[in-house]
Amino acid sequence: MSAINPGLDPSVAAEPIAVPPVVADGALPSEKVVDAAMGGGEPMGRSVSVALSSRGGRYIVYALVLFWTIPTFGLLASSVRPENEVKTSGWWEMFIRPKFTLDNYESVLSSSPSGGNLGHFFFNSLKITVPAVIISIGIGALAAYAFSWMKFKGRDWLFVGVVAMLVVPLQMAIIPLLRLITGGAHIGSFTIFPYLHLNNKVAAVWVAHTCFGLPFCIFILKNFVSSLPKEIIEAARVDGAGHLTVFLRLVVPLSVPALASLAIFQFMWIWNDLLIGIVFAGPDNRPVVAKLVEVSGTYGQSWHLLTAAAFVSMAVPLVVFFALQRYFVRGLLAGAVKG
Amino acid sequence: MRDVLGAFLTVIIGLAVLAGILGGLYALTRFLPGAWRERGQVAVFLVPTLFLVFAGLFVPAIRTIWVSFLDDPGKKFVGFDNYEEIFSGPSTRLTVFNSFTWVVIGTALVVVVGLAIARYADGMRGERVAKSLIFIPAAISLAGAGIVWRFIYAGPPFEVGLLNQATKAIPGLPVSLGGDGQRLWLVERDIGGLTPPDSAPGLNTFLLIVIFIWASSGLATVIFSAAIKGVPESLIEAAKVDGATSRQAFYKVTLPYIRATIVTVSTLTAIGGLKAFDIVASTTGGNFGTSTIANDFYRIYFVQGRNGFGSAFAVLLFLLVIPVVVMNRRAQVRAGEMLA
Repeated sequence: MSAINPGLDPSVAAEPIAVPPVVADGALPSEKVVDAAMGGGEPMGRSVSVALSSRGGRYIVYALVLFWTIPTFGLLASSVRPENEVKTSGWWEMFIRPKFTLDNYESVLSSSPSGGNLGHFFFNSLKITVPAVIISIGIGALAAYAFSWMKFKGRDWLFVGVVAMLVVPLQMAIIPLLRLITGGAHIGSFTIFPYLHLNNKVAAVWVAHTCFGLPFCIFILKNFVSSLPKEIIEAARVDGAGHLTVFLRLVVPLSVPALASLAIFQFMWIWNDLLIGIVFAGPDNRPVVAKLVEVSGTYGQSWHLLTAAAFVSMAVPLVVFFALQRYFVRGLLAGAVKG
Repeated sequence: MRDVLGAFLTVIIGLAVLAGILGGLYALTRFLPGAWRERGQVAVFLVPTLFLVFAGLFVPAIRTIWVSFLDDPGKKFVGFDNYEEIFSGPSTRLTVFNSFTWVVIGTALVVVVGLAIARYADGMRGERVAKSLIFIPAAISLAGAGIVWRFIYAGPPFEVGLLNQATKAIPGLPVSLGGDGQRLWLVERDIGGLTPPDSAPGLNTFLLIVIFIWASSGLATVIFSAAIKGVPESLIEAAKVDGATSRQAFYKVTLPYIRATIVTVSTLTAIGGLKAFDIVASTTGGNFGTSTIANDFYRIYFVQGRNGFGSAFAVLLFLLVIPVVVMNRRAQVRAGEMLA
């Protein structure tokens, strides 16, 4: 901030840049809305008479919660039971004869010939997800800034065009994009787009995720960035700060809440993706979710291994979910509003 | 360890190169004269996006449409033959019917479940915990959800599928509904002994839709909860003063008020149902009459290598998404007018 502060109008600079109030009616749902969505009834100050719960309703909720929890719990329980137990008795019998082991995890993670080597694919997922999130949000933020604060002809049309790509299903674009990456584009002998030797490389997966994620990122970020206070940005411009300076020193720091929510949303989306993973990654650098589907065929009846493998693939999303639920919910709500 | 370090380096180098190129280009704009300088800067900010969206989405989408009118080797223009094949072959007709079922049944039940939880958990003790638990499946991958449920639907020789255990425990349940605990739920299509016609979805397809509902309801719940708590208290109180019961207040005040939200959730869910691929791929792989359009697209294009026919499935998916989006827009506008 220091580089542009000296030139800023003191009254503007002195204004505390409290992030949430600034964006209260921006694109991101407010704290209050996120609270409401997650079930914090009390902070909303709602009176009991307005609340909708009733005794009968409570039992419905309990039943649904049970139905929603048992499958995941059963999988987790089975993954820590010995092979023999998994094969001969249901997981619920572990309450009668508790026997636990981490052997299943050891076998699916081990890189020995008989092991699943899932540890390797777990790292693949990180290798794919983290950069893909950074790239798509970085490029998206640049575009969001241009669409909000730069003046040029056809700006609104371009923005509409980019966002319209949201309705194009992945499947529509995936094959030609794959061809472009694995062979370039040519008309006759004339090369329009060079062959980049990205076959099966992790960079190909980054590119694919960036392409498919960009319209959404730009949509969310543009709404947010354009709702930042005009005075601050114009003052900085008048005082001679270039676009890059304004972007890096003002817009990015002010957009941290939006960037964080979007990053978590994108992270979950990319980590959990299957189609792009199997199409763009090579057999050796597949993400763990794609590997899981692959081993689900070969493990056949080795249920004890399959359960452990499934949990390895879910571990990170679950941790992110529990640690950063608020941001995730916020990202989801922002995404849902797009309609 | 070396693996991890290598990956880390690749990532850092990749990102640095990208940032370096953009930073370098931006620096170069300084040498441009007056008006061109601003234009150059706009270009640096926008070129990555426009390039990726144009070359990575727009052109590919057009190309897929074009390829869907060619034969599989891509040599001959065949008009609508590929589309005709989708609707004339019995197995692909089943695929379309299945997808339709996913969208209609899946969406309807996700909305009902989401509304039920949002309504009945509202203000209940432990509301936050209940919603968190319902929401967990939304955090895991759809492929993972498929694996979770395979464990429940498992049949012989695996003896301990939860569903078989449950049906076995119900006295008097016919064998055709798993009364003996031996049903292969993901394989058998018959519903209580009645086998549906070849081009209609079987019970196994409905069981896959259950997985979809399980995975999608968390999102619906969260969105509905936010909407329900946004209904002005005074409206509900006024209704109650006029003698409305809680139930009447919900149906006459809350539901109409959150109409736009219901439409949004329906749209998101319907599009999710159309694109159902992960769940099918990780459970049945599309066998036993459970395939969907998105799954057939993958199977026919990537496994069977039929370019033209596979592309037609992708375009069909796109064509089906459009009316959903348009209906959503219309309903949103209508709901907006009603409130205004």
